[in-house]
Amino acid sequence: MTATMIKEFRLPDLGEGLTESEIVSWKVGVGDTVSLNQIIAEVETAKAVVELPSPFAGVITALHEQPGTVVEVGKPIVSFEVKDDAGIQPGPAAPAEAPLPKREPNLVGYGAVVESTGRPVRRQRTLLTPAETKAPVVEPVDTKPAGTNPAERPRSTPPVRKLARDLGVDLEKVAGTGPGGLISRDDVRNFVGGGDLPAAAQELAAPQSAAARGDREVRTPIKGVRKFTAAAMVSSAFTAPHVTEFLTVDVTPAMELLARLKESKPFAGHKLTPLTLVAKAVLIALRRNPGLNARWDEANQEIVQFNYVNLGIAAATPRGLTVPNIKDADRLTLVDLSAALADLTDTARAGKSSPEDFSGGTISITNIGVFGIDAGTPILNPGEAAILAMGAVRKAPWEYQDQVALRQVMTLSLSFDHRLVDGEQGSRFLADVGALLADPAMAFAMA
Amino acid sequence: MVTDDAGQGGTAAGRDNKTGHQGGAGHSMVQLITPAGERVSHPEYDPWLKDVSDEQLCSLYEDLVVIRRIDKEATALQRQGELGLWPPLLGQEASQVGSVRALRDDDFIFPSYRENGVAYCRGVDLADILRVWRGAASGGWDPYTVNMAIPQIVIGAQTLHATGYAMGIQNDGADSAAIVYFGDGATSEGDVNEAMVFAASFQVPLVFFCQNNHWAISEPVRVQSHTQLVDRGTGFGIPSMRVDGNDVLAVMAATRVALDRARRGGGPTFIEAVTYRMGPHTTADDPTRYRDANELEDWAAKDPIGRVHALLDRKGLFTEEFETGVRTKADAVARELRAGCIGMPDPEPLDVFKHVYSTPNSWLDRQQDHYSRYLATFGDPEVATQEEGAR
Repeated sequence: MTATMIKEFRLPDLGEGLTESEIVSWKVGVGDTVSLNQIIAEVETAKAVVELPSPFAGVITALHEQPGTVVEVGKPIVSFEVKDDAGIQPGPAAPAEAPLPKREPNLVGYGAVVESTGRPVRRQRTLLTPAETKAPVVEPVDTKPAGTNPAERPRSTPPVRKLARDLGVDLEKVAGTGPGGLISRDDVRNFVGGGDLPAAAQELAAPQSAAARGDREVRTPIKGVRKFTAAAMVSSAFTAPHVTEFLTVDVTPAMELLARLKESKPFAGHKLTPLTLVAKAVLIALRRNPGLNARWDEANQEIVQFNYVNLGIAAATPRGLTVPNIKDADRLTLVDLSAALADLTDTARAGKSSPEDFSGGTISITNIGVFGIDAGTPILNPGEAAILAMGAVRKAPWEYQDQVALRQVMTLSLSFDHRLVDGEQGSRFLADVGALLADPAMAFAMA
Repeated sequence: MVTDDAGQGGTAAGRDNKTGHQGGAGHSMVQLITPAGERVSHPEYDPWLKDVSDEQLCSLYEDLVVIRRIDKEATALQRQGELGLWPPLLGQEASQVGSVRALRDDDFIFPSYRENGVAYCRGVDLADILRVWRGAASGGWDPYTVNMAIPQIVIGAQTLHATGYAMGIQNDGADSAAIVYFGDGATSEGDVNEAMVFAASFQVPLVFFCQNNHWAISEPVRVQSHTQLVDRGTGFGIPSMRVDGNDVLAVMAATRVALDRARRGGGPTFIEAVTYRMGPHTTADDPTRYRDANELEDWAAKDPIGRVHALLDRKGLFTEEFETGVRTKADAVARELRAGCIGMPDPEPLDVFKHVYSTPNSWLDRQQDHYSRYLATFGDPEVATQEEGAR
C-alpha cells in the first residue's frame, strides 16, 4: 500500500537566532515533482541569501507565500504530497496534548518566562464563554468586550487590519462582534457605513471606486538598499551638524579646457565630463585644505585625518542610491581618474559594486546637475566630513570683463560636518574648487 | 617562491613545487600530487608513503568523497531546520583525511568544530557527529571510545587541553601522541601561543595541525600575519612544516613525520596545511559579502578530490565499478546521517544533569530534585495540588 500524506515545511531559522526571512524566489511550482535536497527556493535572511533544499521527495501541493514576502520563522511556506513511508518518520509521535494553552517548563537557572510571583503555580486558563462576549450590537463604539486589557490592541486579523488601514478606520473605535471581541471585515464595513467617517473615506468605501482606490496609493515595503539608505541618512543628518555653503562659478574656461582635452591624444577613447574636472578640482583643493578629508571618530574621541583620498561618487542605480568610492584618487592622473570614474559608474549601475567599493570613503561628490538641478543641501555620506553637490552647467547672463555676457555657470553646494570643519576651512575649500573651475590655470598655483 | 605568502590573500597556493623541505625561514610548500593529478616524487617525504598501496589510495579517495557528501547533507539538514548550525568543511577534505589516517588508535585527537571529517574517519557514529549541532546534547560522544575529544567551539582553547594530555602521555611513558586541530585565525589567540610555549618547553608528543583555510570568518589571513603561519611555529623553536593542505598524500606524509618525531621523544611539530574554506564560515554566514569570487575560482582549480581522481585515472584505477561503489557508499552514509538526525530523540529536561560530574555531587542532586519537582507541576494536576498543600 502506498498511501500518501501532505507534509508542511515550515520556515526554519536559517541563521543563528533569526526571526524572519524573505522569500526571494520559488524554484518550483505547484504540481512539480521534487527530489530530496532539490533546491526549491531562494531565501534572504538578515545575514545571507541562501538556497532551500527540499526536505522531502514528493509533489508540491501548495506554495503558501509569494516571492517578496517576509515570513516569520515557523510559518508553513510549502506543502508536499509524500509517500506515507513510516520508515523515515521522525521518532515517536508527540503525545496528544489537551487543547488548552500549555506553559512550557524552562531550564533551571534561566528564570521563569511569564510568571512573576516567585514559585511556579499552575495557572488555570479559562476560556471566555460565549455569553460573556455577546455581541454589543447597538452599544457605543468605544465599548470593549469584558475582560479585555485596555492597553491591548483591538483583536483582529491581518486582512482586517489592512482593510481598516485602507479605509482610514481606527480599529480602537470599532466594536468587534466575533469571539472574544474579534473585529471582522463586516464590523469594519458596518462602522464605515455608520456615517461618522470623513467624506473622503466614505467615498473610498463605496464599491464602485474600489479600482480607483487601489491606484491612488502604492505601498512598498521598506527594505534592502532603501532601508539601508534611510538609516544612513537619518544617522548622518542627526549626528553630524551639517552646514551647507553655495558658490556659483563661471565655468566657461573649464568647459573650454574640457573640449580641448577631449580632442587631445591622451584622452582618446576616454569619457571626459564636467564631473571629471570637478573631481580633479576637489582633489587639488584638498591638498590645500586637508581638514575636509577627515572623519569624526566619536567612539575614540579622535579626529581622523586621512592622508589619502577615497573619493565617493553618489550613483543612482536600479537598487537605489549608492556611494562607491575611488581608492587613492589623489594619486591618479587625469586620464586614470576619468577611466576610474567611468568604471565606477558603470559597475554601480550594473549593480556589481563589491562591498569594498562602498567602504572607506573619505569625501564625496554628488552630481545633481545631470538631473538639471542647480543646488541643494546634500547630506554627508556617514563617516565623511564633506560632500560637494555639483549643479547643472547653464548658459546665463553673467558679469564678464565688466560687461554682461552669456557665460556657462555652475553652482557648487558644499555640506560639511561642523564638528570638525570650521566655516573658514569649508569656505576656503569651496572657494578653491570654484577658482580652479573658473580658471583651470590656477592648478599651477595650487598643485 | 610560488606559495601564497602572507600578504597575498588567497592566491596561487599550489603550483608545482618540488623542493619542499622543512626548517629554516621561507618554507616552501610540500606537494606530492599536483592539482592536475601528477604524482611528484620527493626524496624526503616519499619514504613515508611507501606502504600506501593502490588500494589505500582508492580508500583515501572514498573517504574524501564521503566526507564531502556528509558535509553537503548536513548543510541541507540545517537549511531544512533539522540542525541549528553547521560549519561546512568543503575544500578541506584532504587536510582532514590525510592527517587523521596517519594516526594510531591510541593517539588522541583534539578537534575544533570543523573537524567533522576527522570524526567520520575516526569512526564516530554519524548521528553522534550531528548531536551537538542539532542541539540535542552538549557533546555528541564519549571521547574515550574513539580517542577523540568533542568539538571545541572556543577558538584555540583545545591546544591547551592537547598540550596537557600530551604531558600526561609523557608522564605515563607511553609512545602514543596527540594531535590538535585549529585554524589560521586561532594562531593569533593567546591560548595557542601559550600551548606552543608549554609544548616546546616540555617537549611533549603533540602535533599542532593548523589548517590555514585563509579566512577567520571574514578576516583574511594576510591581516593576521606578516609572515607565513608556519613561521609562528618556528618562532617557538618547534620544528615546522608547510604542506599543500589540498594534497592528501602530502598531508599524510607530513603528519607521519611529526608523529614519528613525537613517539621518539623529539617533541612537538607544527604543520601548516595550506587549504581553503570553499564554503561559508558556518551556515549563518554569507562569504560573498567579503570574498572575491575570483579567489574561489582559483581554489576550485586546486580541489583536493579532483586531483586524486585524476591521479587514479592516470593509474587506470578509476573504473566505472570503483566510481559506482564510492557513490553508493556516499549515498548510504548520507541516508544514514539523515535518518539518524531526524530520528534523534529530543533530550529529557533532566538530562541536563547528566555528565556534569563523574561522581555523585550532593549540591547537584539537590538541584535535580528541585527541578524534577518543578517539572512535576506540569504533569498530573493532583500531584501538583498535593505538593501545594504540603507547603
